[in-house]
Amino acid sequence: MEYCNCFESPWPADELLMKYQYVSDFFIALAYFSIPLEIIYFVKKSAVFPYRWVLVQFGAFIVLCGATHLINLWTFTMHTRTVAVVMTTAKVLTAVVSCATALLLVHIIPDLLSVKTRELFLKNKAAELDREMGLIRTQEETGRHVRMLTHEIRSTLDRHTILKTTLLELGRTLGLEECALWMPTRTGLELNLSYTLRHQNPVGLTVPIQLPVINQVFNTSRAVKISPISPVARLRPAGQYMPGEVVAVRVPLLHLSNFQIHDWPELSTKRYALMVLMLPSDSARQWHVHELELVEVVADQIAKVQWYASLLGAQNLSSLLDLGFILVAVALSHAAILEESMRARDLLMEQNVALDLARREAEMAVRARNDFLAVMNHEMGTPIHATIALSSLLQETELSPEQRLMVETILKSSNLLATLINDVLDLSRLEDGSLQLEIETFNLHSLFREVLNLIKPIAAVKKLYVMLNLSPDLIEHAVGDEKRLMQVLLNVVGNAIKFTKEGGISVSASVAKPDSLRDPRAPDFFPTHSDNHFYLRVEVKDTGSGINQLEIPKVFMKFVQSQPLAAKNSGGRGLGLAICKRFVNLMEGHIWIESEGLGRGSTVIFIVKLGIPAHLNESKLPVLHKGPGNQVKFIFSGLKVVVMDDNSVGRTVTKGLLVHLGCDVLAVSSGDECVRAVSYEHKAVFLDVSMAAVDSFEVAVRIREKFAKRSGRPFIVALTGNTDRMIKENCRKVGMDGVILKPVSVDKMRSVLSDLLEHGYLVESQ
Amino acid sequence: MEIVGQLQKQFVDFSTSLYGEGFLDEQYLQLQKLQDESNPDFVCEVVSLFFDDSEKLLNNLATALQQQVVDFKQVDAHVHQFKGSSSSIGAQRVKNMCVAFRNFCEEKNLDGCLRCLQQLNHEYFLVKNKLETLFRLERQIVEAGGTVPVIVA
Repeated sequence: MEYCNCFESPWPADELLMKYQYVSDFFIALAYFSIPLEIIYFVKKSAVFPYRWVLVQFGAFIVLCGATHLINLWTFTMHTRTVAVVMTTAKVLTAVVSCATALLLVHIIPDLLSVKTRELFLKNKAAELDREMGLIRTQEETGRHVRMLTHEIRSTLDRHTILKTTLLELGRTLGLEECALWMPTRTGLELNLSYTLRHQNPVGLTVPIQLPVINQVFNTSRAVKISPISPVARLRPAGQYMPGEVVAVRVPLLHLSNFQIHDWPELSTKRYALMVLMLPSDSARQWHVHELELVEVVADQIAKVQWYASLLGAQNLSSLLDLGFILVAVALSHAAILEESMRARDLLMEQNVALDLARREAEMAVRARNDFLAVMNHEMGTPIHATIALSSLLQETELSPEQRLMVETILKSSNLLATLINDVLDLSRLEDGSLQLEIETFNLHSLFREVLNLIKPIAAVKKLYVMLNLSPDLIEHAVGDEKRLMQVLLNVVGNAIKFTKEGGISVSASVAKPDSLRDPRAPDFFPTHSDNHFYLRVEVKDTGSGINQLEIPKVFMKFVQSQPLAAKNSGGRGLGLAICKRFVNLMEGHIWIESEGLGRGSTVIFIVKLGIPAHLNESKLPVLHKGPGNQVKFIFSGLKVVVMDDNSVGRTVTKGLLVHLGCDVLAVSSGDECVRAVSYEHKAVFLDVSMAAVDSFEVAVRIREKFAKRSGRPFIVALTGNTDRMIKENCRKVGMDGVILKPVSVDKMRSVLSDLLEHGYLVESQ
Repeated sequence: MEIVGQLQKQFVDFSTSLYGEGFLDEQYLQLQKLQDESNPDFVCEVVSLFFDDSEKLLNNLATALQQQVVDFKQVDAHVHQFKGSSSSIGAQRVKNMCVAFRNFCEEKNLDGCLRCLQQLNHEYFLVKNKLETLFRLERQIVEAGGTVPVIVA
């Protein structure tokens, strides 16, 4: 080929740039041709590529670009028109394809991007699933562990554990000292001590199985009491204790091979274990029937439990199941105990009813006796008093000495008889506690003087002196039973005179000091102090015959004479001092004798509790009449009371009366209102009994019923204008605490309230 | 102060006459005792109550005794009430009249009852008059600046 000579060498120096361009273009072309090849190669290799069309287009675009650049190589030098045309065509094509590609990419790229997001999402999902998988796997691991453990536990609940648990439960339920289980050895010729409750014995003791006691137990399904010294029961170190009762029972043992399924086996191969139960030593406990039954039931249950275990597959007995059996056994025993206790309670109730009946009958008998005694007393008293009176009169007449002697004897005997009759009545009432002291205010000083005046004549005849010493701190008036106190004093003083032949007696009365109240002879005499009571101490000392120390305790016993008295002035009856003692006790006091011995005289000392009266302040109003003695001061302010009267005038007056005394009064006009309104706050209810329309007795009964169950019910007092005795009887019958006659004066109401508050009943209201 | 002294003397004389003639008895004195600073009009209140109550009872009695068939039990019940209230006040003559009335009721003596009713009416209005006079005197004394004398038995 001939080159045009007009061309210079293709590599002129300033055309270095051209050279580089030339090389670059060449490489570009190369790249452009090789990229599609590579893409095609790899796409062909991968199975999935959805955009083949795009690839083709892209490939075309690249190829054409490459072609363009390649053709460019020829344009550096002089080139023919053909080359120019080819170049132009290539460029045009390239332009078209690249534009098309560009347009196409607009659609493709978002898709590609979304593919990317989905890919990301799927990756996350995969990670999550991985995690969950991990969790599940660990759970499954744990589950497997639990199953393994349960399996292990269940597998250990075999017969031994059952037996052991049973021993424990039994020991606890029955409070046993020791509970032991002897299991037969493999040979069957010996019993081995397998379990004990307290682990105090070396496990491993054996006894031969042919012992008579063991045979006895094995031959019956019942629990058998055995001797504590038998070899199977010698479980405790002997010697120190009084052993408690021992019971033994057989426990059938069943092997898997021993039975058919669904069939309670006959106990043909009789293999038994021996359960020995000991009650605590040194206790008085004995085996009760229900306890023995429990033991038998439990032994039976153990056998059954084993059988059930076999049915379910020996190793699978759950702890609940066997506990359930034991609980059933215990429940059975408890049911038995409960039944027993219910029977006992019924028995007790019956006994109570019987006792109540007996008590009521006794009360009736006592009342009957008292009535009888009262009547007899009265009946016998009348002729006696007549005799006394007439004999006294006779004494005043002209009599010969013999006649006088006879009359005196008659008089003395009659007096004695009269006193005896009274004493018997008093004593019987004292003994059954139906005697009540009649408390009132009286003059203490004059009481002493009167007693002494009574005995002064007798003392004068015997030429004995009588001295009275009243302590200056002794108050003049006291509150107590004047008559009974006088009786006591008279008796004591009379005795003193009786047993004194020469010398005399001295009576001293004082207020007892707290430390002197404690008599060493009466350690259970605990006098209490309060503001409105004091203890009167009276000492009667005589220079008489004295009493032997040994006889002193007998002195106060009834019907016992301390020494044989043959003297004619010994009209002593044995009841006197006994009655005195009873009265003194009723007055919350104490009486005793001190004597230094025969011939040395004696001193009788008694202490009684008396009340202190207080003056009532009545400055405001003119007093209509002076009350008897001093009146006891009470504070009524705020005392809540209820007044029922259907007469408005009467109601207002009674209310005004109580308000004036300071009470807080609720006035009602009907029985229903009254019963409704009465409450614990009220201390007294005043019912007008002369109402026609309302039955106050019924109201009283209803009020009592309302407060029947609890103590502290208000006092119920009847107000009546009727002096009929029947009213009083009826009031007493319905259980009212007192009756007052209308119209009621201020003083009367005041004393009524004081009586109620102090004594709880009305002291002879009239 | 002379007026006060005069009024007081008048009061005392009048009261004494009332007690003397048996219109009032000790119960009325008791009522006086119940009157104090916390209850200054007690007597007046009770007496007014008595007046109302009595007039009602007297009407009831009149009606009951005018029936065709007289229910003596009912009549007795009324008289019983009247007796109760009059004795609470201390109206002695009224009370005594009630006692007599009750006897006639028990005997079912209609004539006796009617006569008693008449007398009861009479006694009641008498004592009412007297009490009203007494209260008037008391008021006058107080208005004049004096204190009412307290009668003691």
